[in-house]
Amino acid sequence: MTATPVAALIQERFPQVAGRPSGDWPAFNVPADQVLAVLRTLRDEAGFDVLTDITAIDAGLGHSPRFTAVWHLFSTTGHTYVRLAAACADAARPAVPSATGLWPAANWHEREAYDMFGIAFAGHPDLRRILMWDGYPYFPLRKDFPLAGLETVLPDAEVAAETAAKVQAAPLMGGPFVAPPGTTMDEAEPRAGDQSWTEREEKPR
Amino acid sequence: MATEYTFPDSGAKTAAAAPGSEKMTISMGPSHPSTHGVLRLQLELDGEVVTAADPVVGYLHRGDEKIAENMTYNQFVPYTDRLDYLAPLANNVAYAIAVERLAQLEVPPRCQAIRVLIAELARISSHLMGLGAFGIDVGAWTVFLYTFTEREKLYKLFEELTGARFTTSYTRIGGLARDVPDGWPGRVGEFCDQFLPRLEETLALLTRNRIFLDRTAGIGVISREDAIAYGLTGPNLRASGVPLDLRKDRPYCGYEQYEFDVPVGTKGDCYDRYLCRGEEMRQSVRIIRQVLKNFPGGDWFARDARRIFAPPKDKILTSMEELIQNFMLVTEGPQLPPGEVYFEAENPKGALGFYVVSKGGGVPWRLKIRSPSFCNLSILPKVCVGAMLADIVSLLGSLDFVMGECDR
Repeated sequence: MTATPVAALIQERFPQVAGRPSGDWPAFNVPADQVLAVLRTLRDEAGFDVLTDITAIDAGLGHSPRFTAVWHLFSTTGHTYVRLAAACADAARPAVPSATGLWPAANWHEREAYDMFGIAFAGHPDLRRILMWDGYPYFPLRKDFPLAGLETVLPDAEVAAETAAKVQAAPLMGGPFVAPPGTTMDEAEPRAGDQSWTEREEKPR
Repeated sequence: MATEYTFPDSGAKTAAAAPGSEKMTISMGPSHPSTHGVLRLQLELDGEVVTAADPVVGYLHRGDEKIAENMTYNQFVPYTDRLDYLAPLANNVAYAIAVERLAQLEVPPRCQAIRVLIAELARISSHLMGLGAFGIDVGAWTVFLYTFTEREKLYKLFEELTGARFTTSYTRIGGLARDVPDGWPGRVGEFCDQFLPRLEETLALLTRNRIFLDRTAGIGVISREDAIAYGLTGPNLRASGVPLDLRKDRPYCGYEQYEFDVPVGTKGDCYDRYLCRGEEMRQSVRIIRQVLKNFPGGDWFARDARRIFAPPKDKILTSMEELIQNFMLVTEGPQLPPGEVYFEAENPKGALGFYVVSKGGGVPWRLKIRSPSFCNLSILPKVCVGAMLADIVSLLGSLDFVMGECDR
């Protein structure tokens, strides 16, 4: 990695921070307990005044570390980005510190990362789900959550009791990456399922 | 039997229990004409003054990021149409550039010029819609009819170019779906010629309109510091006095060749946001005219990207090698190296970012969409407080968000 000014600053102040492979902007792997200090240094001393995005990556079941939180910062004066990543030590209860004290913008981004991955941002004032409804039992962007979804109870208990309806898994089929192995075309392609004749039943004469 | 419905964290009950004061919590939306889609605001009111606001988003959540992890890069292009569905062409362009950055692929000048052209046309189309809807929100119906007439002309051009009016899916990784039709650039030029006087006529309905000024000037003020702290982008940020435009500051797609101004507001109120959008449309026309003046010839796709962009159709039908190449591209997707990139494009609503994490192959491991509407809405709990209930309508109209993008 080329020695950019931001890399030099980080190396000098935080010797434990390592470079991270990146296709574009300077990127660093930060120990979770130093994230806030690094973010504050970048904001106050390197001019990265905009918190662009907070998200997470799930490496998949059984990988260690499984969850990595990712921050993107932007500088309104230098017009460059920087990426920080912090691995969550505990895959069962992933947690990183919250940046809401540095940027109010972190509030919604952290709620989204919590909603989708179940990462607890320690110190967040109001860590609720944001895109899914309150009380939803799963974290949908985890790799062990299926694309079609899982059956869950309705968000409204009263309607659920009255109708006995549930949130059903969607029949998201079609294409080589979605169809489970060993399925036939009429199972994999929703359009094929509508036809009166399939690979199994002969065309009526 | 109906159970009592309570809003968490609103504080309404405590306030009502206090002697001499009574607050009311109301739900604005999810289907309210001024919430432009399915945004719900839980407002706590003291009389007509808003004392707390809690936006509830997610009604339009479709799991686009999950879907992206389960299909090839090219298959995801139609899903980008449905993010900011008022400017699908601009989303297509932003997504294609993000993935091309991962592949370290440069597209030829003609492809870049067409992409600039469609991104600016999409900007005009999106701002026309935003302006018309804003007009309706504050009681100016006529503006909507004017802007929709112009937008319809744009949609005719989009249809001719892409085959679809709304869900265009025009870009591919490494190029475009097809070249521009014969005579199409000329018709874009004709549109610009007749559009500018019509735009002035439309803006004249609002700019010095007394009622419009009363509803917008000094309303919903977002300070420069707040705008940066909450990560606002696009016209909403520039109206607060921050001259940040990624087309100027981080040029992509050859924007550095074109001359244009970045309008910046001084007060950061609803009126400034309106003025910024109006001026941006004039600047977009300026960019479009420069693109058309020096419209480059040559290839409209990266010819050397053999494992990323499909070969020409006539070659597929006549040559074995190209047929295999096309087959591999369709079944396994464009083959990209492992790595991660983050790319933001200056879209009509703000900076649309794609964070692509690849482990190699045709499917992204993780695709994070940083949507400008989501970030722009996150400032609502701050700016709504202290505003009158009727001002919330102006504020929402001036923020010009799209829930398809916010909820993804």
